[in-house]
Amino acid sequence: MAQPMRIRATMAGDVADVKVLMNHPMETGTRKDAKTGQLVPAHFITEVTATVNGASVLNANIGGAVSKNPYLGFKVKGPKAGDKVVVNWVDNKGDKNSAEATIG
Amino acid sequence: MNALRRNVLKGAAGAGAVAVAVAAGLLKPTQAMAAWNKSAFEAKNVGDAMKGIGATSPADSKDITIKAPDIAENGAVVPVEVTSGIAGITSIAILAEKNAQPLVGTFDLSGGAQGFISTRIKMGQTSLVRAVVNAGGKTYTAAKEVKVTIGGCGG
Repeated sequence: MAQPMRIRATMAGDVADVKVLMNHPMETGTRKDAKTGQLVPAHFITEVTATVNGASVLNANIGGAVSKNPYLGFKVKGPKAGDKVVVNWVDNKGDKNSAEATIG
Repeated sequence: MNALRRNVLKGAAGAGAVAVAVAAGLLKPTQAMAAWNKSAFEAKNVGDAMKGIGATSPADSKDITIKAPDIAENGAVVPVEVTSGIAGITSIAILAEKNAQPLVGTFDLSGGAQGFISTRIKMGQTSLVRAVVNAGGKTYTAAKEVKVTIGGCGG
C-alpha cells in the first residue's frame, strides 16, 4: 500500500534544489507494540533513486534509522527550469513508489 | 480457391510480423538496481559499518559540514544536513555512532549532483553523527555530537 509522496524542485542559480517527502512507516524491526508486546516487523525503505531527464543523479541505500515519513533533500548542478526529476523508492517488502516533478 | 488460399497465408504471415515488431517495441530496458548493502546496515558497531561501506581509515576533513541540532529533544526525528566542499564527490554516508545499527544511509551521487544531502534520522541516545565522504577515490570524514533527550529507537 504505497502512499502518495510529495516532491518539489526549484532552481537556485544554476543548481536545482530537490526536496522529497515519502510516506512510509520506517519500522526498524526492533520496536515493540505497546499493546501486544510483540516486535513490530521491520518495514522500511531500502533504496531511493533519483534521475534528472532520465540520467541518474542519486542512488541511496537507507536503513531503518531514517525517520518515519522520510525527508530527503539534494542538489543537482546543470539542469534547466522545465527539466523533469523522477524519484523512485523500494522497501524491504518489495513495495515501491515513484513521483516526478518539473523543475521550476 | 488456390488464389484465396495464397492470400490467407500472406495475411497471416504479415500479421505475425507486425506482432513481433510490436512486442520488440514494447520491450523497455529495466533499470538495474544496486543490491542493498545488508552487511553494512546490520553491523552492530561503527567499525564494522565503516568496513561494510568500504571506508577504512578515512581522513578528517574540515570541508565537510554537518548541520544538526546540538540538543535533539526527540530522537525519532533529528534533522541532519551534510554539505561537502570536496571536489569530485561520489558518495556521502551518514552514521549515528551509538545506534544499535550505526549506518543510517549511503547516498551515491552522480550526474551533477552536489555534495549535499539533507534528511531526518532516528537516534537512540546522545552520540556523534558521522559523515563519510568519498571523493576522487579517497575517503574523508567529519562528526558532530548530538545530545538526545528522548531516544527514538525502540522502547
